[in-house]
Amino acid sequence: MKSKVECQECGADISVPEDAVVGEIMTCPDCGGEYEIASKIGDKVELKTAETVGEDWGQ
Amino acid sequence: MVELSIIYDKVRFEEKVLYEKAQSKGVKVQIVDGKTVAISTDSKKKDFSFGDVIMQRSVSHYRGLYLTACLEHLGFSVINKFKVAETCGNKLITSLVLSGSNVPTPRTQFAFSAEGALEIIHKTGFPLVLKPIVGSWGRGVFPLRDEETAGMVVEMREEDDSPFARIYYVQEMINRPPRDIRCIVVGNRVVTAIYRYSAENEWRTNVARGGKAELAPITKELEELALKAAKAVGSGIVGVDMMEDKKRGLIVHEVNNTVEFHGAASVSKVDIPGAMIDYAVKIAKK
Repeated sequence: MKSKVECQECGADISVPEDAVVGEIMTCPDCGGEYEIASKIGDKVELKTAETVGEDWGQ
Repeated sequence: MVELSIIYDKVRFEEKVLYEKAQSKGVKVQIVDGKTVAISTDSKKKDFSFGDVIMQRSVSHYRGLYLTACLEHLGFSVINKFKVAETCGNKLITSLVLSGSNVPTPRTQFAFSAEGALEIIHKTGFPLVLKPIVGSWGRGVFPLRDEETAGMVVEMREEDDSPFARIYYVQEMINRPPRDIRCIVVGNRVVTAIYRYSAENEWRTNVARGGKAELAPITKELEELALKAAKAVGSGIVGVDMMEDKKRGLIVHEVNNTVEFHGAASVSKVDIPGAMIDYAVKIAKK
């Protein structure tokens, strides 16, 4: 079952798919804010603000 | 049972499938947020439960690099090794290593000031490519086709506060088809190779720039060259990028650490994450 978490920026609902894992990035569909899944126990999901893309990101 | 830790700072497609594949192969696997790891000079290997082998998958190059240094200091086996990550994370060092190992690579000139860069650009003539020595996904890679553009790009670089911006990496522009080849090398095996075609109105071929993937045949020439390039940087799990020069044949322009394979997995029938997990298990048993 998808979980819903409120966006800390704009208050919109962010849907977190059932198969999402800790560390994955979720994007708010309304404001585009990016969040990292900090914890996920059953359908209880906590998000934290994701890091912005760094100059050294990539492969 | 082999115990594997996959270190991440942002979980992408690759980390997810590696985790799932390890589980399906009966490996005891955990994913570890590299942002939460703290190590000191007093730390001991036994203070950490990272298992027999670690896959370093941080998207941030420097986070991955220095965390790997710490983990190796403690005695952990890390894929890839610090030395490999250090070489691959810097285009200048990679070019020197490839050239030193007689791997065909584009002619590249280095300058250490704006004046020096403009001088080599002027002397060499166009077209050329200016690349940042650290960075990925094609960011900051500029084609230089005339003096005016070159002057503006170098001036723009001067505005950049990063110390790396003072190091100029000026490469010949290879006369190639609108594609390059990404070879995924795991240990001493070329697991798969894909063509990466540039997206519309884009000359760079990075999948991160919308480049499209298509399966490429693993010819004997490609296999030998990919393995030679991988060995030159120290081996491990790497992505060897090649271009097809119309006169010289295949030439290697980059070797990638923490290789991304989303594009390759979308077209290849080979079990790419499976090969990587098998390699990690082999390293763990050594």
